[in-house]
Amino acid sequence: MPPKSDLPQGTLDLLILKVVALGPMHGYAIAQRLQQVSRDVVQVPQGSLYPALHRLENRGLLAADWKESGTGREAKFYRLTRKGRAALETEAASWQRLTEAIGLILGMSERTAQ
Amino acid sequence: MSWWQRLVRRRQMEEQLDRELRFHLDERIADLMARGHDSAEARRLARLELGGPEQVKEECRDARGTRGLEDLWQDFRYTLRTMRQKLGFTAVTLGTLALGIAATTVMFTVIDGVLLKPLPYRQPDRLVRVWEQTSWSTHMGNLWTLTYPNFLDCQRESSSLDLAGWRYFSGGTVSKPGEPENVNGILVSSNLFSVLGVTLSRGRAFRSDEDRPGAPPVAIISYGLWQRRFGGNPAAIGMQMVLEEKPYTVIGITPASFRLLGDEEDVFTLLGQNSDPRLQNRAIHGIQGVGRLNPGVTTAQARTELALIGRHLEEQFPKSNKGRIFITEPLHVNVDDVKSTLWLLLGAVSLVLLIACANIASLLLARAVSRERELAMRVALGAGRARLTRQCLTESAVLGLSGGLLGILVAVGGIGPFVAFWPGELPRAEEIQLNWQVLLFALGVSLACGLLFGLAPALRAPTGQLEQALRAGGRTVGASSRRLHSGFVICEIALAVVLLVSAGMLGRTLLRLASLDPGVNVHNLLTARTALAPSTLTNPARTRAAWQDTLDRARRVPGVQAAAIVDTVPMREGNNEIGYWTTPAEPPENQQPQASATSVTPDYLKVMGITLRQGRFFDDQDRLGNEGVVVIDDVMAQQAFGGRNVLGQHLWIGMGSDPVRVVGVVDHVRYWGPAGDDQAKVRAQLYYPFAQVPDQLLRRWSELMSIAVRTDVAPLSVAEPLRHAVSAATGDQVIYEVRTMEHLAAASLALHRFLLLLFGIFAGLALLLACLGIYGVLAYLTSRRVPEIGVRVALGATATDVVRLVLRQSLGMVAVGIGLGLAASLAAGRAIGRLVQGVQSTGLATFAVMAVVLVVAALIASFLPARRASRVDPISALRQE
Repeated sequence: MPPKSDLPQGTLDLLILKVVALGPMHGYAIAQRLQQVSRDVVQVPQGSLYPALHRLENRGLLAADWKESGTGREAKFYRLTRKGRAALETEAASWQRLTEAIGLILGMSERTAQ
Repeated sequence: MSWWQRLVRRRQMEEQLDRELRFHLDERIADLMARGHDSAEARRLARLELGGPEQVKEECRDARGTRGLEDLWQDFRYTLRTMRQKLGFTAVTLGTLALGIAATTVMFTVIDGVLLKPLPYRQPDRLVRVWEQTSWSTHMGNLWTLTYPNFLDCQRESSSLDLAGWRYFSGGTVSKPGEPENVNGILVSSNLFSVLGVTLSRGRAFRSDEDRPGAPPVAIISYGLWQRRFGGNPAAIGMQMVLEEKPYTVIGITPASFRLLGDEEDVFTLLGQNSDPRLQNRAIHGIQGVGRLNPGVTTAQARTELALIGRHLEEQFPKSNKGRIFITEPLHVNVDDVKSTLWLLLGAVSLVLLIACANIASLLLARAVSRERELAMRVALGAGRARLTRQCLTESAVLGLSGGLLGILVAVGGIGPFVAFWPGELPRAEEIQLNWQVLLFALGVSLACGLLFGLAPALRAPTGQLEQALRAGGRTVGASSRRLHSGFVICEIALAVVLLVSAGMLGRTLLRLASLDPGVNVHNLLTARTALAPSTLTNPARTRAAWQDTLDRARRVPGVQAAAIVDTVPMREGNNEIGYWTTPAEPPENQQPQASATSVTPDYLKVMGITLRQGRFFDDQDRLGNEGVVVIDDVMAQQAFGGRNVLGQHLWIGMGSDPVRVVGVVDHVRYWGPAGDDQAKVRAQLYYPFAQVPDQLLRRWSELMSIAVRTDVAPLSVAEPLRHAVSAATGDQVIYEVRTMEHLAAASLALHRFLLLLFGIFAGLALLLACLGIYGVLAYLTSRRVPEIGVRVALGATATDVVRLVLRQSLGMVAVGIGLGLAASLAAGRAIGRLVQGVQSTGLATFAVMAVVLVVAALIASFLPARRASRVDPISALRQE
C-alpha cells in the first residue's frame, strides 16, 4: 500500500474543488483524476475523500445529483456551486500567495547560507 | 420537518451513502481487474485502499454536521423502545414521578399565586404603603394607621407620591333595592382607583370635587354586589341604593377580580362625604395609606419628603403629632397566616419527590448494572464513553420529562380541589393559576429529577477492564454498586423518617389540642352577628331598647334556653384589647398590661357555659348610673392581683376615668382557639356589662354586637326562626355570619387537621416508596448473590442462616437510614414547631414509634427476597456459575 500523502491541512478540499471545477464528476473519478494530474505524487487516501466530499456538500460548496455514469450505473455526481467557485478562487489565490512567500523565504535562506 | 420526515430522509441518506461507496469499490475492482489482477485479489486491494467501510461511513456521517441531533434522535427512539419493552418498570417509575411532580407543581402554583406574584395593580413596584411612625412603641409596635387630617395634609403637601387612603368598617345594612342585607363597606379617597391603576368595569370613578362634605352622595359597588342585588343589570349605574338609611347614587362597578389587598369589599363611599366626627380628629387613627410614586421619584426620596412633612406637622400640632413621622413600606398583601404553612407543605412534597427520585435512581442503577455486559460489548464495538453516558442521560431525561408532563396534567386537575379544600380563607386564591413560570418550574424540576436519577447509572458506563466486564458481567456485583444501592435506600429511609416523625408530631399535637377544655360549652350554642335597624341607632335610649327587644324576641324562639348579646365571640375573628392598671395613676400607654375586653349582657355566662369561680356575674342592676363593675378570668386575677383577695379590688381601664370594681372571677376561655391560646400575646380576659357602655360609644359598639343563644335542640335548627324573630321588629334588622360554636371550635383546628392529613398522606407515600426501594434493591442484590448463596448452602448453611444473611444486610441499611432520619427530623421538628401553632417539641415516644413502624415495614419488604434466597437450590446455583 502506498504511503499516505502528507497533504497540508485544507489542501485536499482545495484540490477537490479544483478538480470538480472541470465538470461534474463522481467520487471515484475525482480520486482517479487527482492521482493522474498529480502524477502519482499525491496519493489521496480514498478513506478521507468521501468525508471531505460530504463536508463540502454540507457547507454548500458542492452540490450532488444522481446520474448515469459511463458504465451505465447510477453514480453520485458532484458539481461546483457558485459559492464553491468563489471559495475556490479565494483559496487558490491565498494558496498562491502562501507558496510564493514560502518560496521567497526558502530562496533567501539559500542566499544567506552561501 | 416532522419526526417521520427526518426518519425517512435519514434512511434515504444512509442508503445513498452505501450506494456511493459500493459504486466506488465496484469501479476500483473493475479497474484493477482490467490491469490483470484476478477477481479475489482485486476485491482485496480495493477494500484495503478504501479502508473499513463502516469507519468511512461514520466519518461521512460526522461530516454532515447533524450528528448530535441524530444521536439524540437515535437514543430517544432507543429509550422509547426500552420503555415499551419494560411496561411494568415504566409504569412504576412514571407513576411515582408524575405523583411527585404533580404534588410539587400544585404547591408551587399556590405559592406563586399567593406569595410570589406581583399584586394585580398597574406597575405594582411603584406602589408603597404609608404609615405613621412614632418614636416610641406600644405593645402593637410603632406603626400606626394615619389620622384623616394627617392623611389630607400628606396628600396635599407631597410632591413625590400620589397618596390615596381608605378606612375599613363602614359597611352596614343595604335596605333598598331588595331585601335588607349586611354588606362590607369602606370609605375611600376619591383617587384610590386611579392610584392603584384599576379601571372600573362599568361607570366612572369618583371625582375629586365629590370628596367633600355636602357633595351629592355617590357610591361604587363591587361586581359581586352588582350581580347579587342588581342582577348584573347595566341600568344599575345611576340608580339609588340605600345604605344605613342614606341614599347613594351608584356611579361605578369594580372589575370582578378587584381585591383591595386581598379583601373583597362590597361598597365604596367617599371619606370626604362622611360626617363621622372621628374623621376630623387628628388623634384618631384608622386611615390606610397607599401611594404611587411619581415618575422618576425613588422610594428614598419619598421617605425623606414624608419625614419632612411629619416634622412640619409636629411643630404645628405638637399635642397630637409629637414624635410622629410618616414612612413608606413595600406594598404587600398580608399572607403571614398561610406563608409558613405553604412553605412547609412545599418542603414536604419536595421530600416526597426526592424519595421518588432516589427510588427511581436505584431501579435504574439495578438495570444499568444488569446491562453492564451489553455496554461493555458496545464499547468493544467502538462506542465512546461520552456517547454511552449521553445515552444514559437521554434515557433518564426522557423518563423525567414524560413523568413531568404527566405530573403537570395531574396538577392541572389538582389545583382547584386543593384550593377549595384549604381550611378557612386562602388570600389571593383568585390569582392562583398555572402560568408559564409554573410550567417552566415543573419542567425544570422534572428535567433535574431525570438528571439526578440518571447520573449514577450514567457514570457507571464502563471504562477500562472490558474483558473483565465481558467475562463477569451479569453475575457479580461490584462493591461500588452495592454501596451506591445502599446509599439510595438509606436516603429514602432517612427522608421517610423525617416525614413520618413530622406527621407523628402533628398527630400528637392535634390529639392534645382536641382534648383541651376550651372553657366554653361548645355544644348547642349558636352565634350570629346582629345589625340593628339603622333608625334605632340615632339615639342611645332607642338603641338600648332595641337591643333589649332583640334579646326578648330571641328568648321567645322555641328551642332557645338563654340568649345574650356580646361583642367579641371566642374563636371567631375580632377582639378588643385594652390596657388596664390597678392604681389611680395611669402608666404610659406602652407600660400598661393588656386584657381582652368583652362586653356582655347578664345571661352570657349561662349561654356560654363558662364556670363562675368566685363572686357573682352581672345582673340588670349593673347599668349606667350604678357603680361600674367587671368580671375577670383566673389568668387576669393572677396577673393583676396575684390571685388573692380579688373580689372588691378596683381596676382602671381606659374607657372612663372612674375605677371599676371586680365583682367576680370566671374560668379562662381559650379565646384564640386551642392551638393559639397558649402563645397568644394577650391572655387576660375581662368582661364588662354592655349596659354600662357610655352613650357616646354606644353607636360604635352596636355595629359590632353579636347574639349568642343556648338551645336545647340542634343549634342550626333555630337559625331561621331566630332570623325571622329578629327581623320582625322593624323589617331592616338582620343577623348574619350565623355559626355554631362547634363549627368555630373545629375551624380553629382546621389548619392542623389539614396539615396532618397532608403530612399523613405524604408520610404514607414515603413509607410505601421506601419499602418498594428496599424490596427492589434487596431483590436485585440477592439475585446477584445466588451463586454465592449456593456455595454457602453447599457448605452447610441452613435456610435460616440465609434469611438472616439477607435481613442483616437490609437492617444495616435501615439502621443507618433511621439514624440519619432521626437527626434530620430533629431539625424538621423545630421548623414545624416554629411554623405551626401549638406544636410542642416531640418526645422520644414519637421517634420510637416511627422508628418501629419503619423497621417493621422494612423487614416485611426484605422478607420476600430473603425467603427466595433461602430456597436457592445449591446444585442449580453452582451449575449456573
